[in-house]
Amino acid sequence: MTDQTLGRASGPSLKQRRQRAAFWFLAPMLIALFFVAAWPLLRTIWFSFTDATLSNLYDAEWIGFDNYLQTRELSSGRVVYRGTLVDPAWWNAVWNTVRFSFVSVFFETIFGLIVALVMNAEFKGRSLVRAAILIPWAIPTIVSAKMWSWMLNDQFGILNDILLNLGLISHRIAWTATPETAMTAVLIVDIWKTTPFMALLILAGLQMVPRDIYEAARIDGIHPVKVFFRVTLPLIKPAVMVAVIFRMLDALRIFDLVYVLTPNSAATKTMSVISRENMIDFDKFAYGAAQSTLLFAIIAVFVSLYIWLGRVDLGGERR
Amino acid sequence: MSHPLIKTIGFYALVAVIVVFAVFPFYYAIVTSFSSGTALFQVNYWPKSFNWVNYETVMGNRNFVRSIVNSVFIAGCTVAFALFLAVTAAYALSRVSFRGRGLLLMTILAVSMFPQIAVLAGLFELVRFLGIFNTPWAMILSYTIFTLPFTVWVLTTFMRDLPVEIEEAAIVDGATPWVIVTKVFLPLLWPALVTTGLLAFIGAWNEFLFALTFTSSESMRTVPVAIALLSGASQQEIPWGPIMAASVIVTVPLIVLVLIFQRKIVAGLTAGGVKG
Amino acid sequence: MAKIELKNVTKSYGAVEVIKGIDLDIKKGEFMVFVGPSGCGKSTLLRLISGLEEITTGDMLFDDQRVNNLVPSDRGIAMVFQSYALYPHMKVYDNMAFGMKLAKQDKAAIDKRVRDAARMLQIEHLLDRLPRQLSGGQRQRVAIGRAIVRDPRVFLFDEPLSNLDAALRVATRLEIAKLHETMSDVTMIYVTHDQVEAMTLADRIAVLRDGRLEQLGTPAELYESPNSVFVAGFIGSPKMNFLKGKFAEDKGCATLGARPEHIDIVPEGTGDWSGEVVHAEDLGSDNYLFVEIGADEPLIVRQPGKLAIPQGSKVSLQPQPQHLHRFGADDRPLR
Repeated sequence: MTDQTLGRASGPSLKQRRQRAAFWFLAPMLIALFFVAAWPLLRTIWFSFTDATLSNLYDAEWIGFDNYLQTRELSSGRVVYRGTLVDPAWWNAVWNTVRFSFVSVFFETIFGLIVALVMNAEFKGRSLVRAAILIPWAIPTIVSAKMWSWMLNDQFGILNDILLNLGLISHRIAWTATPETAMTAVLIVDIWKTTPFMALLILAGLQMVPRDIYEAARIDGIHPVKVFFRVTLPLIKPAVMVAVIFRMLDALRIFDLVYVLTPNSAATKTMSVISRENMIDFDKFAYGAAQSTLLFAIIAVFVSLYIWLGRVDLGGERR
Repeated sequence: MSHPLIKTIGFYALVAVIVVFAVFPFYYAIVTSFSSGTALFQVNYWPKSFNWVNYETVMGNRNFVRSIVNSVFIAGCTVAFALFLAVTAAYALSRVSFRGRGLLLMTILAVSMFPQIAVLAGLFELVRFLGIFNTPWAMILSYTIFTLPFTVWVLTTFMRDLPVEIEEAAIVDGATPWVIVTKVFLPLLWPALVTTGLLAFIGAWNEFLFALTFTSSESMRTVPVAIALLSGASQQEIPWGPIMAASVIVTVPLIVLVLIFQRKIVAGLTAGGVKG
Repeated sequence: MAKIELKNVTKSYGAVEVIKGIDLDIKKGEFMVFVGPSGCGKSTLLRLISGLEEITTGDMLFDDQRVNNLVPSDRGIAMVFQSYALYPHMKVYDNMAFGMKLAKQDKAAIDKRVRDAARMLQIEHLLDRLPRQLSGGQRQRVAIGRAIVRDPRVFLFDEPLSNLDAALRVATRLEIAKLHETMSDVTMIYVTHDQVEAMTLADRIAVLRDGRLEQLGTPAELYESPNSVFVAGFIGSPKMNFLKGKFAEDKGCATLGARPEHIDIVPEGTGDWSGEVVHAEDLGSDNYLFVEIGADEPLIVRQPGKLAIPQGSKVSLQPQPQHLHRFGADDRPLR
């Protein structure tokens, strides 16, 4: 017993054993993430500097920044620029994505706030409302795109029927096919589908606000609207900010809804859609890779911003 | 101050608007799915008939049935794989202090917010290299990029809330970290595992970009791809009836699950603070 | 079963030193209580002995063996936690048997030990229940039972009574005292912030303050000859009166300490101090009088039995000279 104990005493300590275990516990996950995230990302970036095509992935040659920007001087002395950075289709997609992201997140935040405030009130049928708003969230994006494209159908769609009956429009609108309304259609569906998620996150923030604050304000006779702007809003601001940034990152990479609801519409084509189109459909694999690398760079900036803003409550050390 | 009755009526009107907006599109899809022939092309606010012909059409389509099987298999495998790796990783991240833990957590969170298009080219190459293009394994591999960070993150927040003293009692009892995870924490984490697994399952079930890119034959499609690309007899005619029937078929199980687990799902969503 | 020696033990978390060099010998079979205000390092010290935390510098010996890096399960210790820390998903029996099962012990041996411990604590009828089906007091017994089954050399208690209500606390305190009598060769170390628990249970008490050992001694020693103002104020209830200024100068010290029970009420004009009763508390068995004598705070005087001294009356007070505590400017006693 004595020798054995002494022998073990010089072995690894509890902390060392736990850290060693932690290493082995993390290793499989890290290896998996390396293969599905880090490695493909690096390969994408690498491809963006080559002339790879779908049929010629392995013999691709390094062509530097040509996919991004290429200058060539013609014999006439005129300088011609080529590449993504001077491609109007790309800048159109950037503009579409940014416009979509800001507008959708703006309305989702407003509506999410309203729904969260309603759900934070005590009333009969509250659980029914929660169940109801979970439905849009649970429906697959593709299914909601199809459902809405049926509702938005120019000839048989129920939305045109409602609006005609109400006298708000004078003739049937081809929502998804008309360039002027295509983006509106995408926004409507996205706001419908994602407001519940926003509402739930904001509701979680609202429920952290101690009830006695409202009681105190009521006893003091402060008007509810004033209470909301002076007390509630500042208290839930961190939760709202986190939700907004999450949604923003999600909106910037939107693909499926646009792809299914408004196929091939230049008015809605986003960065993700145009990248994939070039990469797979047009066999400009490297060119598409360059565009997706640019999208990654934009989102990386947002992620850094998010981590910087969210460090306090998300770091894991503070809880 | 306005009349309290008016206030109450106004409030319930708002509630009604919210509920109608949330539920109506799905309700209308159900109504449409039971209409056929000319009834389909009249706007009906209430169900006029219960015609199962659209469902028969969809379920008679072998490729659609096959796509449901594919989706169940892919989502199931993805979730099992992610949970298996995430449980031990979450223990290390929530319970053991080591240098760089905060950075690692941030990296995992960042990966979960990756634009999936950014890895598409690299994954495409990897899928081709492994020879799994147009097989379910391509999806199982690629879905790991969002299910694994998500499950790790949510389980880490859940595990952080388990009492420290229980773990210390186990250490005094001579439990190794592996025993603590499998015999002490895992039985306590069942509710969290169910919630996290369900959320990850929904994510995998709904995924579109990878499934669209990594499949080429109709029999290998997943449900979202099958619905998106469901075509009618002719090129011009979009088969709205069967599409709505298919939509209802793949959505009802999800909605039922979500409603059963709604409290837990809300907790899981807000714990992770992660996208739906 | 084990004697424990701590030699200049320190513990730091980063730059913060929580335990600042402690030397302590705990005898075999002794009941040692660590007491002190919150943040004094008493729980950390217990966790260092348990092995849940590692000491930063210094040495720790169990029976003359160095155990600095030894993991808790190899130290021969058992611990009872403040929150009981029972495994919620295991029945009482499995909770108690878990450690032995992990050590791959023989099934029959496990069964015997679990049942013996359960009989000793009278929880045999609870063996098939889950922790959530038990009351607080029953859970505490199971936690103690789980520790007994480990057959430890050293028994560690981390504020085990603080989650119980007042009545149960007294009953469980008695149980623990009885346990110490039954398992007389097992060393027990007990952490509490409650000086009554410390006084009633301990063979010796270690008073800790800011990560240092302030005083070590039997309950009687601490009560009778505290070696600092801090210990004098910490041990005893109600708290010792401290007088400064001219009251202390009269007795030739910087701070004068007098316990409430060591101050007598004497006929008018014959006492050292006099003043007005500003408040009186009748506890039934005792009376606490708060007397304003011109010091910083009212003087507390404890008088046994019934005593009808109304508020506002003038009293003359005489401290018992043999029980006066005189402290110098460094807060140490003058002897």
